[in-house]
Order: sequence, then C-alpha cells, then structure tokens
Amino acid sequence: MPNEGRRRLNPAQALAVALIGGPTLGGLAVTFAAAFHYLPALGATQPSLAPWRRLLAEPGLAGSLRLTLGVGFAATALSLLLALSLLAVARPRALAPLLASPHSALAIGLAFLIAPSGWIARALSPWATGWTAPPDIATVGDDWGVSLTLGLIVKETPFLIAVGIAALRQFPALDQMRIAQALGYGRSVAFALVTAPQLYGRIRWPVYAVLAYSLSSVDMALILAPSHPSPLSLLALRWLTSPDLDDLFPGEAAAILQLMVTVAALVVWRLIEGAAGAALRARALSGARGGGWAVGGLAGLGAAALALGFASLAALAVWAFAWRWPFPAAWPPSFTSSLVVAQIPRLAGPLGATLALGLLVATVALALAVGWLEAEDRLGRRTHVGLVTAPLLLPQIGFLFGVQILFAASRLDGSFAAVAWAHLLFVFPYVWLTLADPWRALDRRYIRAAASLGVSPWATLARVKLPILLGPLALAFAVGFAVSAAQYLATLFAGGGRVSTLTTEALALAGGGDRRLSALLGLSQTAAPLALYAAALALPRAVYARRRGLRDP
Amino acid sequence: MNGLVVENASLSVAGRTLFAPLSFKVPPGAALTVMGPSGAGKSALLAFIGGHLERAFSASGNVWLDARNLLEIAPEKRAVGLLFQDDLLFPHLSVGANIAFGLRTAERDRRIAVEAALRDAGLEGFAPRDPATLSGGQRARVSLLRTLAAQPRALLLDEPFGKLDVALRRDFRRFVFDLAARRALPVVLVTHDPADAEAAGGEIVYLEPGDPP
Repeated sequence: MPNEGRRRLNPAQALAVALIGGPTLGGLAVTFAAAFHYLPALGATQPSLAPWRRLLAEPGLAGSLRLTLGVGFAATALSLLLALSLLAVARPRALAPLLASPHSALAIGLAFLIAPSGWIARALSPWATGWTAPPDIATVGDDWGVSLTLGLIVKETPFLIAVGIAALRQFPALDQMRIAQALGYGRSVAFALVTAPQLYGRIRWPVYAVLAYSLSSVDMALILAPSHPSPLSLLALRWLTSPDLDDLFPGEAAAILQLMVTVAALVVWRLIEGAAGAALRARALSGARGGGWAVGGLAGLGAAALALGFASLAALAVWAFAWRWPFPAAWPPSFTSSLVVAQIPRLAGPLGATLALGLLVATVALALAVGWLEAEDRLGRRTHVGLVTAPLLLPQIGFLFGVQILFAASRLDGSFAAVAWAHLLFVFPYVWLTLADPWRALDRRYIRAAASLGVSPWATLARVKLPILLGPLALAFAVGFAVSAAQYLATLFAGGGRVSTLTTEALALAGGGDRRLSALLGLSQTAAPLALYAAALALPRAVYARRRGLRDP
Repeated sequence: MNGLVVENASLSVAGRTLFAPLSFKVPPGAALTVMGPSGAGKSALLAFIGGHLERAFSASGNVWLDARNLLEIAPEKRAVGLLFQDDLLFPHLSVGANIAFGLRTAERDRRIAVEAALRDAGLEGFAPRDPATLSGGQRARVSLLRTLAAQPRALLLDEPFGKLDVALRRDFRRFVFDLAARRALPVVLVTHDPADAEAAGGEIVYLEPGDPP
C-alpha cells in the first residue's frame, strides 16, 4: 500500500535530526580531532599524542577521576533511591519550584545554607555550637565532593520524582499494590518488589541522563566542587577557557576522557541494574515480607532532600532582601528592597536575553517535537526513546567546544542565533520527552473518528489533537524554557562571552563577595522559569474551565 | 450496485492470516452483523473498510461503496461513519460543537442543523453543555448524531452497545437502527451479543480463523 512506510524518517523528523544531530556529531568529531592536536583553523595540522601526554602528566588527574566517579555514582544512586522510596509512601506535589530552578541557582542557595557562615550554622549558633564567628571549616567545596553530591541530590531527586509520577500513570500500579497487600506484603515492601521494577523500566533513560549529568556537571561544580583536585569537567573547562591557545588541545583531550568516563560509567550502571534486578527477583521469590523499615527510612531522607531544596530557594530570597545580617543572627534584623531596585538596570540585559532565548528556543523545540510526533502517527512507527535521549547522555563539556569551533568556522559564533542553536541541542530532547507520553497516550480512535467525519489529517491535528493536548503542550513549553534558562556552558561557548544571561551572570559572580547580588541572580534565575511553569499549569484550567474532561492535564 | 460490497477481504498481521477470505454485500438500509472470537480480526475488518488499518497489518481484497472503490480514497473522503464502544466525544468541544464538527452544511445553517439534530434525539437545549457532564446514554446518542452529521453513506459499528446497561442498550439500539434505516445506510455491526445481531435483523457473518495462530 503506502510506500512511504519504508522510509525511515519523514521531513519533520529529518529536520530535527539535522538540527540536533548535525552540531552534536560535528562537535564530537572536532573535539576528537583536536584532542589529537589536529585543528587546521589554529594551524595544528600535525596529529600527535602531545595533548594526551600533557593530560596524563597533570598531577591531580587520578584524584579528579576518583572524585568524578564517586560523585556521579553516589549522586545518581542516592537520588534514585530517595525518589523511589518517597514515591512508595507519598506522591509529593508542588515540586515546580525545584524543577524550574536551574542547577546553578540551587547550588548558590545550598551554599548559602551550608557555608560556615550559612543559615544552618547561624541557626545553631551560638547556643548549640558555641560559635560567635564563622568556623574555619570547608563545608562548601569539600575535598570529598560531599557538598557537590548533596547539591546534585537536591536537584535530581525532585526531577526523578516528577518523571516517576508521570510513569506511574502508565500501568495499573495502584491495583497491583492492592493485590500485593492482600497477599500480605506491607505497602513499602510491595512497592519495592512489585512497583519499583516496572517503574524503573519506564524511567531508565532519565536516570541515565542524571548519571551522565552528575559525572560531568560544570555549573553546579563551579559552585560546590573542590578545586584541588577538581572534577574532570572543571579540569577540561580550565584549559578550554585559558587565554593560552595551546591549552585548548589538552582541554579537548580531557573532554574526550570525560566522554569515555561517562560511557564506561553508563555500562557499569547497566551491570549494576542487572544485579539489582536479580536481587529483587530473588527477594520476591523468597516470599519474605519484612524490611519495609528501610524504605521508610530512605523516604524520610528523600523528604529531607526536598526540604533542603526549598530551604535553598528560601535562602536566596532572604539573602537578596536582607539589610545587614551579622553572624550568628538566625534572621536578618531588617530587610530592604532598595538594593535590589538599584540592581535592576544591571539585570535588565541578562534577563531580556534569558527571556528572548528561552521563548524562541522553546517555541522551535515544541514545533519540532510536534512535527516529529505527528510524523510518527502518520508513518505508524514509533521512535525509540533512546535516540532522542542520546544527546542528554553526552557530557556537555565533551562536545560543546567542538560545536563552538564549528560555529566560529561558519562565522556564527557570538551571535544570538548560535546560542539559540546550542540551547536547542538540550532543549529539544527534554521537550520531546515531556510531550511524547501524553501524545502517544491520546486515544487513536479520536483520530479515526475525526477522519470518518470527513476531516483531513492536518485539520485533525489543528482541531482535535493540539486542543486536547493543550496542557501537555504548555508544560513541554515551560520545561523547554527552564532548560534553556539553565544553560551555562552552551551560552558561554556559543556566545563567545558576548551573550550574557542570568545564568552566566550568576556563575560569573558566584565566586565574588557580593552575596546579595548572587542571591538576587539566583532568585531571578528561578523566578523566570517558575512563572512559565505557573502559566503552563494555569492555561488549560482557564481555557477549559467548563470542560471537566480536560481540566487536569 | 449501491450499498457496501466487500470482495475477498483478507487481513494478516505478523505473517498470521486473521480470517478466511471474506465477501459480503450490504444493501442500503440493511444491517450485517459480524461475529467471532476475540482476536479474529473483527475490529480490523472495520478499520480496513474505514481506512484506519494500522501499518502492522497487510490487507488484500476490494471494498466498494455505492460503486466507488474505497481503497483508492483517503479515509476522510470515504464518507464512512464510525461508532465505537466509547463515545469519543472530543473533550475540548461542547456538545453542539462536537456535532458541528461533523457537519458539512454551510456556515449560517450550522447552528440550526445542530439544534434540529438534538431536538430529534430528545436532547433539546444540550448544545452548550460540556460532554463530560452528560450521562452515558446521552453521550452515546450525541456521538451518533455527530457521525450522522457528516452525512456518511455507510455506518460501521464497533460494539457500540457494549458499555451500556440492558435497558439503555435496547433504547440506543433502536435509536441507531431506526436512524440508519431512515437514511438508507448500509450498516456493518461488530458484536459479541446475539441480541444485538437479532436487533440488526440482517445477515450474520461468523469470522473463522484463517491460519492456526
């Protein structure tokens, strides 16, 4: 019958693959070549192993690798355990502030909490600790990477909870739970043995993305990671942003090493997955019904992680508006808004750039995702989620500088368009992932009903699918905006330092002494995406106030 | 000839043939019932006639409606109405807008046509209502009104009475077959319930598995 079925992609999908896959693969290729000292644009035409020799001679390299792997695995495993355990006992709501907040903003807030002069120390001093001045201990950027791990957990636990809640709607988890309880299993044990394995199968790719991110984070690491040795990502960044162009080559070698570390870690994670699955199956076969206390304990820690996230955001707000705040007062004696108002002209530019980029990139990504999913419907074949998730598994530091070199070669670098394109590489997968499940869950028979009423496929898209999916579309747009607003490395590299957003400003100032300005930037980094989330949730409720079937997306 | 004609229809999925080659004729105003075990391909047969077959299926045979070869026509141009077990009213549209969605009438007559259809079905004044606030029986009737608004030349019923309780079921069955007969539509009904087949009053086709699975 239709011979187009034999084609692998239709034009909408081909466009998305070209826009995302082109720069990604090109960036990887350039990075790889530069790691072997081949970059004709800079006059390096003789391939050599010199960049690798310099990388391997770096004194702290072994420590960097240990730190990178330790933080990556610990943060991912703990975030996953805490999120699953919390889902066993509750369905946390109101996670939007933590989901909307960029990694860097949460990291700044967390640092305000746990620093020696931070809120926690103030709350406990002097009555419990005896401190009348901030103690001289490294709680932020500690050598073990504990604060970095904590920061990642605070950000990724709510993400995995949100992904998990969406996945729980895809199978009859509640009925299965009732059956397991009727068989004599407590709620927590039943969740661990029955729900969790099915749930994990559905959130596997987001978990891989969390692992890849935790291994290679730059923005969170800049605030919370130790510097000697630093995580591998920061080692690469230091070389890649060095004024000495010769440093670029070992930087790209470090980027490739980061890539290899990430791939190896993903393979190891898959092996752990298999072992954990086998252990759970053995446990289920044994018929043992005890052990629910462990889930309960982890759920408590999960709740604590969420509380820490909200407290970090609160710390941003309090610090932004605090008038003098001497240690160890637990609360600022007075507040002022005049200092915030004084900063508005300075913030206007970055805020405008953040909004313009976010709105543009989210719009393009949403259009591409709709085109892709509509093409799936018409071709009658579904794309594997791994294909779209793949760019999220690559460490950003591993290929973004290569992308930047490509942009420079085509004289795009430093332009708004280049930054927008670089953002799109990461925004499109998240927008697609947010939209794909609700899109595919839409009853196919609506489409048949519309066709049998004489309505063309395009009119069906415009008059049936998009209106019914208004809620998920709005949410996907908000997610896209939030991902764009959070981009640091993509903005830094593609913008060539000439495009400044709230996030690049926040990280540029994070090391400086002006806490109030840092707090204000972190706060506005969170506020802009959060406003869009709120609008995305309110929109379907307002439009469909009188349509009971659609009020809650 | 007029009416719906199916010649040597045969469907297969993943190398398995669903039923022996099937031929039948449904004259205008008549109703043919298709019965058979689950998985025999009853719904797939309707999808084949309506043009909604999933890509995983392969099909052979011919389908004619009022002497038009349906297989050469896009699904939305076939003028074949569909009714499912669920009403599938579009949740974002009011009752009236759902019916208007199917209408082919000119702009200024649409409101009048919707009102008239609702009045005939005993649902006067329902046009501005949210479909989610209607009872199951009312929704089923609106769904049929929407289907008929598109002026189909044949009607395919995929167990449309399956979810209604016994009393409602009898009423709605009569409602459907009366309207179909009044418009002289050929009807193909898929069902498990012999009472449905009896109410349809026409020929009954039993789908027999083609290959052993």
